[in-house]
Amino acid sequence: MSAPAPTVAALARGLAEGAFSSVELTRAYLERIAAAQPSLNAFITVTGESALKAAAEADAARAAGRAGRLTGVPIGHKDIFCTEGVLTTCGSKMLGNFVSPYDATIVSALRAAGTVMLGKLNMDEFAMGSSNETSHFGPVRNPWDTQMVPGGSSGGSAASVAARIVPAATATDTGGSIRQPAALCGVTGIKPTYGRCSRYGMIAFASSLDQAGLITVSAEDAALLLGPMSGFDPRDSTSVDSPVPDYTATLGDSLQGLTIGLVREFFDKGLDAACEQRIRDAIAVYEKLGAKVREVSCPNLPLSVPTYYVVAPAECSSNLARFDGVRFGHRCDSPKNLLDLYCRSRGEGFGAEVKRRIMTGTYVLSAGYYDAYYLKAQRVRQLISADFARAFKECDLLFGPTTPTPAFRIGAKCDDPITMYLNDIYTIGANLAGLPGMSIPCGFVDGLPIGLQIVGPHFSEARMLNVAHRYQQETDWHLKTPSAFA
Amino acid sequence: MEWETVIGLEIHAQLATRSKIFSGSATAYGAEPNTQANLVDLGYPGVLPVLNGEAVRMAVRFGLAIGARIAPHSVFARKNYFYPDLPKGYQISQYELPVVAQGSLDVVLDDGTRKRVGITRAHLEEDAGKSLHEGMPGMSGIDLNRAGTPLIEIVSEPDMRSAKEAVAYMKKVHTLVRYLDICDGNMQEGSFRCDANVSVRPKGSDKFGTRAEIKNLNSFRFVEKAINYEVERQIELLESGGKVVQETRLYDPDKGETRSMRSKEEANDYRYFPDPDLLPLVIDDAFVATIKASLPELPDEKAARFVRDYGLSEYDAGVLTASRELGAFYEDVVRRVGRDPKLCANWVMGDLAAFLNKDNLEINDSKVDAEALAGLVTRIVDATISGKIAKDVFEAMWASGESADAIIEQKGLRQITDTGAIEQAIDEVMAKNPGQLADYRSGKDKLFGFFVGQVMKATGGKANPAQLNDLLRKKLSG
Repeated sequence: MSAPAPTVAALARGLAEGAFSSVELTRAYLERIAAAQPSLNAFITVTGESALKAAAEADAARAAGRAGRLTGVPIGHKDIFCTEGVLTTCGSKMLGNFVSPYDATIVSALRAAGTVMLGKLNMDEFAMGSSNETSHFGPVRNPWDTQMVPGGSSGGSAASVAARIVPAATATDTGGSIRQPAALCGVTGIKPTYGRCSRYGMIAFASSLDQAGLITVSAEDAALLLGPMSGFDPRDSTSVDSPVPDYTATLGDSLQGLTIGLVREFFDKGLDAACEQRIRDAIAVYEKLGAKVREVSCPNLPLSVPTYYVVAPAECSSNLARFDGVRFGHRCDSPKNLLDLYCRSRGEGFGAEVKRRIMTGTYVLSAGYYDAYYLKAQRVRQLISADFARAFKECDLLFGPTTPTPAFRIGAKCDDPITMYLNDIYTIGANLAGLPGMSIPCGFVDGLPIGLQIVGPHFSEARMLNVAHRYQQETDWHLKTPSAFA
Repeated sequence: MEWETVIGLEIHAQLATRSKIFSGSATAYGAEPNTQANLVDLGYPGVLPVLNGEAVRMAVRFGLAIGARIAPHSVFARKNYFYPDLPKGYQISQYELPVVAQGSLDVVLDDGTRKRVGITRAHLEEDAGKSLHEGMPGMSGIDLNRAGTPLIEIVSEPDMRSAKEAVAYMKKVHTLVRYLDICDGNMQEGSFRCDANVSVRPKGSDKFGTRAEIKNLNSFRFVEKAINYEVERQIELLESGGKVVQETRLYDPDKGETRSMRSKEEANDYRYFPDPDLLPLVIDDAFVATIKASLPELPDEKAARFVRDYGLSEYDAGVLTASRELGAFYEDVVRRVGRDPKLCANWVMGDLAAFLNKDNLEINDSKVDAEALAGLVTRIVDATISGKIAKDVFEAMWASGESADAIIEQKGLRQITDTGAIEQAIDEVMAKNPGQLADYRSGKDKLFGFFVGQVMKATGGKANPAQLNDLLRKKLSG
């Protein structure tokens, strides 16, 4: 079988028409994964055997007339999602030996929808990073230029979709971890509204910000996969019980009358001029499609990075306390006593960035500092949410760049956490406000992809996917494939 | 110098839910280690807590029973610290916004005075597991069966002034939680336990002294002993020029003393913050109203009714309402006898209580049930037997399980109410004791008792005491 068709939608059609079987398709992807692994390092675990078994079951289901839209479509899962009987590392040495005894809700939901898991994708350790360099399993490389980072933390998901070694991948976004790597790898990423998808079985980084989502080639693919992933989960009190529409049903809706808000604070002096031009070009396409454009302001948005770097570490310092070497995960050799067990197991199991955030978080929650940091950050968070709410009175969706620059060189920002953190300057706001956000490919600068960011009101995923899809019908940026992986 | 003791209690009551507060695991006591702990209780990666609604209902029941404010909006917070029996590295509790705030309880002290104890707050939280150290040299075991069991922590104001008051208050709370069916009150199994905050100050001072917190007291006796020891210790320390340091102490029941566990400086910084995995707990008026309507008659209401309807003293009413079961037993006896509720009370609180105590039985396991006891009391009331004979009958009932009537019949204990028979016995006694008779008649009134005794002896104790008194008085005076 030749190079697979690029999109989930096309693969699903091929499977439905009998052009190829799921087993053939899965085998083809497993071959591509094996071939790309040395150059990209996108996978932590490849589950070839179980994938072929699942594919055979999918083919049998289809033969028996029990196929759904996604039956037999292979996908990859970010290694942050627990998968029963399969190594689930979260990119950390701490969980280097952890075989999960259960499936995350979204993993079982996507399996129930017929998808076939190819394996577990590399990521920044515990999703803490913007370049995939903090992974215990080594950095993932950008398929457009393997000297460059793919972004993070969902670097494995973005790189593997960009290199067409998986048709689509799950991912998570706490401060931009879906949108930023999607932008840097030239693929489509969607972070749904906080609470849209269950967090059960998704290893927690910052519980009030974490959200599961997707990295795909196209908005249409995201629409196909998002439905089964969404909905209330009785195991997650923060998941929201609101109806899940068929996201594919409205993809073709007209954009006449759509009001796009350009967030003034997104077009700041940190934004690369060439990148800005690509964003402006994309907006021109929307105007041609009938959208109106106006400028809006979210004055507190520049505070989002410092706010995030109080709230997220605070939550992570507590969430990661369970990794203590007692019940699962890494345990140091011959501990002398309890304190030694804790100190060495955690000291050995966590990498530098994770430790930095645990310490920051412990500090901002400690007696005497809580009010000045944590409480103040929560207040700023409310101001940022209020800014967005006001903006959505003037427009339907907010547009801007996903990142200030294209992908940077591996190692370039490792020694400077602040510069690294500023990579997420445009994406963090949506997490703080719980809003859905997307990034779609909108061109290239010096051969590296650029992403257009779309942020919508709560539960506006259907409209966002529609807006992204219409753009992708007018352009083919999303279909560009890195030459090394064509 | 005269010193005043100041005590506040933090009572932990395990809520009698079937499943845990944030997971579906069972809460039954005594299962094999770690057989009642699922992935949520074990704190596995990716799992999330989901609040048990029944635990909330129970907390609200308690809040209403102490006249507290039920918070329309309360928040679960994480209390962060590392310990092997705390799987997540934090305990989910409530901190700044508890579900129950500002209630109070009245306790009746030994001298009959009433005292109101303020309850600052009561909040929901999860229990930790247990560390096991016995039989594992060089190792420790962890049993997480208890991890996640719902607790309500009831925090009093520093309103108590003696160990006795503290115990009276704790007993009152113990009574209440069992009335409300929210806690089994089993102190041996740790379902009901407390921490005591103890300080002393010069009598008349309005400032509190430095306090010590005595952890994990799981019997009323230990509470009293530990507090008394601690008060003595603090007074001695202060009187010899020393200072009390703020610290956590443990009570050693074998040695009868408290020992320092950790000082304030070593205390954990728990880094409380709202748990982002749980939404704020919102309770509306309708929810509260439904629970209010389902509350049983509470101990104070019941005691007041016993005083009013049965003419009991406050003390007796208090004893008989100490548990819902005891109150129900008593009322069952009264209803069956149909009169003399005071006599019924004496029997329940007297012989019955003594025998229960002797055999270490709860009222519901009594060998003489309410119907049987009512049968006995009825025979006293209708003068079939005397109160004194009744004691023997009761003992026989306890031993054999037979009814009062059966025993009275078998042993021929029926009281002699035939005037002729009693008169005959009196005549015989008088004839046998001419000296005493002469003495009595010459003014030695005290000998009346002697004659009563002799006649009773002659009738095998069966003479009706009232008739005997009347007849004897007449005959003796000639």
